[in-house]
Amino acid sequence: MTDTGEVVLEARGISKSFPGVKALDGVGLTLRSGRLTALLGENGAGKSTLMNVIAGVFPPDAGELLVAGRPVRFTSPRQAQDHGIAMIFQELNLVPGLTVAENIYLGREPLRRSGLIDCAALNRNAAAWLQRLDLDVPPTTPVGRLRVGQQQVVEIAKALAGEVRILVMDEPTSAITERETEVLFQRIADLKQQGVAIAYITHKLDELARIGDDAAVMRDGRMIGSAPLSELSQADIVRMMVGHDLNERSRRTAPATDDEVLRVEQLTLRHPGRPGDFLVYRVSFRVRRGEVLGIFGLMGAGRTELLECLFGLYGRACSGDVFIGGRLAVLRSPADAISHGLALAPEDRKRDGLILSMSVAENSSLASLDRAERLGLIHGRAEREHVQGWLERFRVKTPSLRQRIRNLSGGNQQKVILAKWLATSPKVLLLDEPTRGIDIQAKNEVYALIDELTSDGLGIVAVSSELPEILAVSDRILVLCEGRPTAEFTRAEATEEKILRAALPRKLASLC
Amino acid sequence: MLKTHRELLARFQSLIALALMVLAMSLLSDKFLTPENGWNILRQISVNLCLSIGMTLIILAAGIDLSVGAILALSGAVAAGLLKNGLVLSPLAVQLQFTVFGAIVAGLLVGTAAGSFNGLMITRFRLPPFVATLGMFSIARGLTMLWTGGFPITGLGSEFGFLGTGVLLGIPMPVWISGTLVGVFVVLTRKTRFGRYIYAVGGNERAAMLTGLPVDRIKLGVYTLGGLLAGAAGLIVTARLDSAQPNAGLGYELDSIAAVVIGGTSLSGGRGSVVGTVLGCLIIGVLNNGLFLLDVSPFWQQVVKGFVILAAVAVDKMSSREV
Repeated sequence: MTDTGEVVLEARGISKSFPGVKALDGVGLTLRSGRLTALLGENGAGKSTLMNVIAGVFPPDAGELLVAGRPVRFTSPRQAQDHGIAMIFQELNLVPGLTVAENIYLGREPLRRSGLIDCAALNRNAAAWLQRLDLDVPPTTPVGRLRVGQQQVVEIAKALAGEVRILVMDEPTSAITERETEVLFQRIADLKQQGVAIAYITHKLDELARIGDDAAVMRDGRMIGSAPLSELSQADIVRMMVGHDLNERSRRTAPATDDEVLRVEQLTLRHPGRPGDFLVYRVSFRVRRGEVLGIFGLMGAGRTELLECLFGLYGRACSGDVFIGGRLAVLRSPADAISHGLALAPEDRKRDGLILSMSVAENSSLASLDRAERLGLIHGRAEREHVQGWLERFRVKTPSLRQRIRNLSGGNQQKVILAKWLATSPKVLLLDEPTRGIDIQAKNEVYALIDELTSDGLGIVAVSSELPEILAVSDRILVLCEGRPTAEFTRAEATEEKILRAALPRKLASLC
Repeated sequence: MLKTHRELLARFQSLIALALMVLAMSLLSDKFLTPENGWNILRQISVNLCLSIGMTLIILAAGIDLSVGAILALSGAVAAGLLKNGLVLSPLAVQLQFTVFGAIVAGLLVGTAAGSFNGLMITRFRLPPFVATLGMFSIARGLTMLWTGGFPITGLGSEFGFLGTGVLLGIPMPVWISGTLVGVFVVLTRKTRFGRYIYAVGGNERAAMLTGLPVDRIKLGVYTLGGLLAGAAGLIVTARLDSAQPNAGLGYELDSIAAVVIGGTSLSGGRGSVVGTVLGCLIIGVLNNGLFLLDVSPFWQQVVKGFVILAAVAVDKMSSREV
């Protein structure tokens, strides 16, 4: 291997804010030719945001990018591509109706002299790439017919087919098989040989030993440190990812009662695309009145699927028994789940939780409008009174109840969603990443609300991929890895290291 | 400050446009601003208003309905045919005679059934609304031709004709009907759970489903109501002409979509109102009427209407642009 390649990309003091959250705060990163830099950190640490800035997806608020020593400013991914920067995104960016070859060369199709696309050359070149990546499909197959893993390989071919000097990969192995991973690693080795600089986001620490040269660890939008991998032990990395500035919050210690509000037995969800594979496999747990069960897992552990399963979103694809208040509940739709006293605050608030075109009051009352009716008609004052109590109790900051919800900060939007559910008098609250995308202060307010709600006797299931969060809110912690339960801790037993070890795929766990 | 100006503009833009148009027309023609002409305009828009109320609900729920003009023709023809000839059930050798009331109910039922069929295609078979209602457009047109044999059904009697030409307490019947429907549907959209849920489904269907709302029932409901209102419009048209024309309502679906859009309802759903649609219908009505009084060729009227639609949506986009 080359020792220290020349610097091909340098990011200095990059900052980027989104409404309500500072995603990057003065981050620096150096990529060298022929070396792979692994970007590590918990979810929400800012890794993907940094990569998106480098690939020109969005411009930084502050800071500068230097490519081969020269400052650049990208306003589109196209400009980044012109500088030899290619990115393989976490979510697939392929056009399903176009063929494999058309996708690989989208936007830079080989042309004949007449100006028409040279289909023969297109398919020939694409076939060559497919062969190098060991993907055995004709280049004329529509991408929509491929498995997700195969699509990921096409995405990789697409990134490599250009003139690449810097390659950014965001968890490229999360959806592909072991064999496909093997091929990808060989190609990565080839690319390094050719002097390509690679930035590689991953949660799978065991991959690093094979392909990585440097590690850069991020936390809370800051770069915590970077060093050659040879100088770091896995324990060092885990410690850097977790950090030590855990806010030791004083927490209600009132013991939960022994009344069980929710019991889940052998909950299983089949993988929709891969027969014999499961997104959630035989997960069982119970939640008592006034108790918070935290569920931790890394990307792809089945956290969200578990909650959505409980909430009736998958109908009959989901099996297992759910008991609410000791009685068996058949949950085939969200309406079923709600009528049994469940409530779900989803991870992606804008997509799944809010009607952005509606006001604060309308969003808050949406799940319990029947209680705002007088003589069959919605009564404006009854509606406001019905929701006002919860909104005030949660200290939602809004100029008025008529304010459009889209104008509120992420933290206040989340509180409105909680108010909406509390207005239905639920028995169990399911929280999916309750503080995703909201700032530190609002986070602490949400934690305080969770405490408060449990003292009212609510049972809460909180799913999170952030360790400090899980430790801050939970009475007990269930850890998932690849859809399977791997450990359960009481709050007293739990440490960040123990949890992370249980959450990492087994091969690695022995290394820690 | 700027934001509030914009919001005010967005809120009242159709009202301002209407006021400007009325002002301009009254300056240009002394025949425009008279009580008779006022009633004229209201009577002229009443059919489009019936269709457009239904279209508003459908578009608010992020759908579209291309079949309302064809349903209008079918309902009118069925009511007229039953009234005139009754229904012959040959195997039983009976002929059922229909009263005016019976014919009206039958016409409305036909519209309702066609609308529910649309809704079922969209909710059960997951057809895109554009496709489902395009299918119904052709089906209803074809059925109308089969029912009428391609000839108008005329001579329906003054009792039925009252619906279209009658005057009650100084107000023309079509205006009574469309006005009552406006009142009912303003309350329905603003004050009932069903109305609120329409906005929720159109604003974010997935969030509405995750909030436990009966999304499919709501969609079925708006298309059914759209069919019912198209049926009502068909009865008015037929009664007014004293004749059911097989080609009645040709292109009316586009006029009603235009009225909804001019009235500020977003084609992507979740945003808009029945009152806005009333303004949209008035704007189109004033425009047609004014240009007619000014002796502008009807061909130019179409061109002007096209530009008004474009201007309305462009202004809406500019004033409601986010971030």
